[in-house]
Amino acid sequence: MSQQQTLDAQGEAPPGQPPQRRRSLGGGTSHARDFGKGFFVKLVLVALIDAVAVFGILEAVAVQQWAIVAFLAVLLVAVNGVYFSRRALPGKYLLPGLVFLFVYVVFTAIYTGYVAFTNYGDGHNSTKADAVEAILIQNERRVEGSPAYPLTVVAQGDELAFAVVQDGQAQLGTAEEPLAPAEGATVEGDRVTGVAGWQTLDFAALAQRQEEVVDLRVPASDDPTDGSLRTQDGTTAYVYQSTIVYDEAADTMTDTETGTVYTPDSHGSFRAEDGTALTPGWRVNVGLENFTKAFTDPRISGPFFSILAWTFVFAILSVVTTFALGLALAIVFNDPRVKGRRFYRSMLILPYAFPGFLAALVWKGMLNVDYGWVNEVLLGGASVPWLTSPVLAKVSILLVNLWLGFPYMFLVCTGALQSIPGDVIESARVDGASRWRVQRSIVFPLLMVSVAPLLVASFAFNFNNFSLIYMLTGGGPNFEGTPIIVGHTDILISMVYSVAFESGVKQYGFASALSILIFVIVGVVSYLGFRQTRRLENF
Amino acid sequence: MRRSIPVLAAVAGLALTLSACGDGGATGTGTGTTAPTSAAPTLTGTLTMWVDETRIDSMKPIVEAFKEKTGVEVDLVQKISGDIRTDFVSQVPTGEGPDVIIGAHDWTGEFVNNGVVAPIELGDKASGFATSAVQAFTYDGQLYGVPYAIENIALVRNNDIVSDTKATTFDELVDEGKAAGTKYPVVIQQGDQGDAYHLYPLQTSFDAPIFKQDASGSYTNELGLGGENGEKFAQYLAKLGKDKVLSGSIDGDKAKNAFLKGETPYIVTGPWYTTEFTKAGLDISVLPVPSAGGSEAKPFVGVQGAFISAQSKNKLLANEFVVNYLTTEEVQTELYKSGGRLPALTAAADKVDDEVLKGFLAAGATGAPMPSIPEMGAMWAFWGTTQVQIINGQAKDPVAAWDKMVDNMQKAVDES
Repeated sequence: MSQQQTLDAQGEAPPGQPPQRRRSLGGGTSHARDFGKGFFVKLVLVALIDAVAVFGILEAVAVQQWAIVAFLAVLLVAVNGVYFSRRALPGKYLLPGLVFLFVYVVFTAIYTGYVAFTNYGDGHNSTKADAVEAILIQNERRVEGSPAYPLTVVAQGDELAFAVVQDGQAQLGTAEEPLAPAEGATVEGDRVTGVAGWQTLDFAALAQRQEEVVDLRVPASDDPTDGSLRTQDGTTAYVYQSTIVYDEAADTMTDTETGTVYTPDSHGSFRAEDGTALTPGWRVNVGLENFTKAFTDPRISGPFFSILAWTFVFAILSVVTTFALGLALAIVFNDPRVKGRRFYRSMLILPYAFPGFLAALVWKGMLNVDYGWVNEVLLGGASVPWLTSPVLAKVSILLVNLWLGFPYMFLVCTGALQSIPGDVIESARVDGASRWRVQRSIVFPLLMVSVAPLLVASFAFNFNNFSLIYMLTGGGPNFEGTPIIVGHTDILISMVYSVAFESGVKQYGFASALSILIFVIVGVVSYLGFRQTRRLENF
Repeated sequence: MRRSIPVLAAVAGLALTLSACGDGGATGTGTGTTAPTSAAPTLTGTLTMWVDETRIDSMKPIVEAFKEKTGVEVDLVQKISGDIRTDFVSQVPTGEGPDVIIGAHDWTGEFVNNGVVAPIELGDKASGFATSAVQAFTYDGQLYGVPYAIENIALVRNNDIVSDTKATTFDELVDEGKAAGTKYPVVIQQGDQGDAYHLYPLQTSFDAPIFKQDASGSYTNELGLGGENGEKFAQYLAKLGKDKVLSGSIDGDKAKNAFLKGETPYIVTGPWYTTEFTKAGLDISVLPVPSAGGSEAKPFVGVQGAFISAQSKNKLLANEFVVNYLTTEEVQTELYKSGGRLPALTAAADKVDDEVLKGFLAAGATGAPMPSIPEMGAMWAFWGTTQVQIINGQAKDPVAAWDKMVDNMQKAVDES
């Protein structure tokens, strides 16, 4: 939006420029080749953009994010092409908008679509490589009862070694060589202070090579079942034993104690034959499973249809009530006989100026059954369960949404009414039409031409009016005893939220699939709605 | 040529956005390149640590002192307490996560299940901590966090209204509170979605813990809140609701304000509010919650601590900070002074001379840590929702509602 405005503002000298440009193209002194002051400003700015893009490419290469590299490379070429080419005048205006559109809309939409086909969520949070690594580090355990060794890390060029004191004797071991008595070692108390031929690493040196130090495993003896020494902080070592080993060639995990073999299954987990799985799993494509789950999982399909019905009721009634009130007020305040119209109009749009979620929170406080202002002051201490009774909670939501929404309708109706030419109405009156007849047959149809698309948009907005529901009732009062926590006032989008996030275990894949389903519903309804409004235009 | 400006902004914004998506190398790269400079203490590395807004102030002096001691700079990143946990789980795999995160022990299950935290070896230092604190961070036999503070709820009394509590049962306490003539006899915060945490002492006094515990005190997978004991508690809740002792419309803020305004002599709450009470000049005492069902009322114990990311590129420095520095008596005492929670390190806890905190310590002495299994999120939701429905009278038959809840909880546990 703001991007659009900036662009508009940038269109300096709007009416005069295009013809000029055409002339200059034909005349050979292209704007792009005109080495004036403007050219150098452009040169500097594009150079800066190029520098940022190249930096981004290098960074992305460093972390091997090839999609980003490709995107930035294309962008780099496009920017230079468009801004130095002679022919790409419209591109100069379109490119920034297109780029934003891609990053903030297209990319997000594609990504949601992609996630909807995966099992991304708790327990399947990352790649298989990460899962393998996590399983291995979670199952490398300190050998019970093994001592803690005060450790000295020493280095010989690139090679690192651990030096510890065992049975009163200094020992040294590397990744290949198990612990063995070290020659020429100096010992102070229970810690080795130096080994001949090896350089002792101090804290700063340890910090420099920390990944090597932490990854180093020094076998405790020739027998691999004795485990290996490892350190996490560079100053103390413990003997560890892996209880699960990964066979990279066969792609299986084996429990060294029980011998159980875990093989990868189709849902991104290492699973044994008896059905037990290792955690964590990883993200995999699960096809249409997330979509079918919405209809086959009884936990979800049970409340799904009652929530779907309420969503439609809520969205339709919200549009109808706000439009009715907004239109009525607009007609009243459009009459020149009303004194102080300007004042009333600005007062009426006040609710529109409040952030919606904030207003919902304030209303929630005011409608509290025991302490709310409405019950305490307005109704003199009554205890009307505004938000805790299933029916009243729905009524409250519609009323609050009416309060929030009518100023918008009032504004657009006022605008539309004022754009209806006065002479049309006047000639109708001259022809003898009654006041009511004029409203019904002239004003209203003309009004609908411009307002009907906004009603469709308002429907789509309310269909997904998450913040109102979430802030006002949180979907409550909850259904009793349902296997997922949803309530009488939940609409589809807030149900998605509670299924995907509040039920404790996050299911991003499923949430994405449900939001795509909602998008389809809203899309179909809006399409039908817009088709109807086109008919109005032909009136 | 001013039209280039939005393009520049676009690309700069883009580069930031995209590098935020995909750049794993940015955190903790300070180690490889630092050359020792003359006067200033040598910078040996940089750690990134996530802290939420409630804990960041007490962490600031700690990391300053750590930098002076070791030359390791800790880059504190403030995260919103509602997001920090989810963000950690989703960002560690992208390489954008921190090296260390400060949080509560009941996150452990979710973190381990998603493979985002690394095991920690405390060695001999473990014996210096309260057993329940170390147990709280232990998941599947491995330790994943280093505790620094313990908290639990208890009964807080306003000494200006009631100076002596003779009640030995919760019913007697309610009578005492009523005799005091205040607006409420006692407040326990609930809210729309319920609050099972604050009702847990009453529930355990009916011998209906969330999960059954084995001999060593750790939880089993078997629910303990079903059966006769749980049903008795459900009926008791319905009675308290009918008597207007409990109400779904009293949430945390309303409960706190009622106590601050002297509208109630008693409140069941934790150290997070007592600091506000003492600051407001109230004279308070902290007592164990009296039993409602005959057995001892045991609150949940919550433990604060530090986790190390599984994907940290600075594991050695992170361990130096978490295992070797955070476990010192000096640091634990410092954190207690700024944070107002009991230190998890026994040596530091023994020196606490604050009567309020001692009261909490006594009230939580027998409490067990909150379970940290990933399904707890679902448990809390079912639990609180049903309790508030019973209290509000929406659930006409408290026993049936309770049994249905146990059934749903069991399914949620079985499914995993």
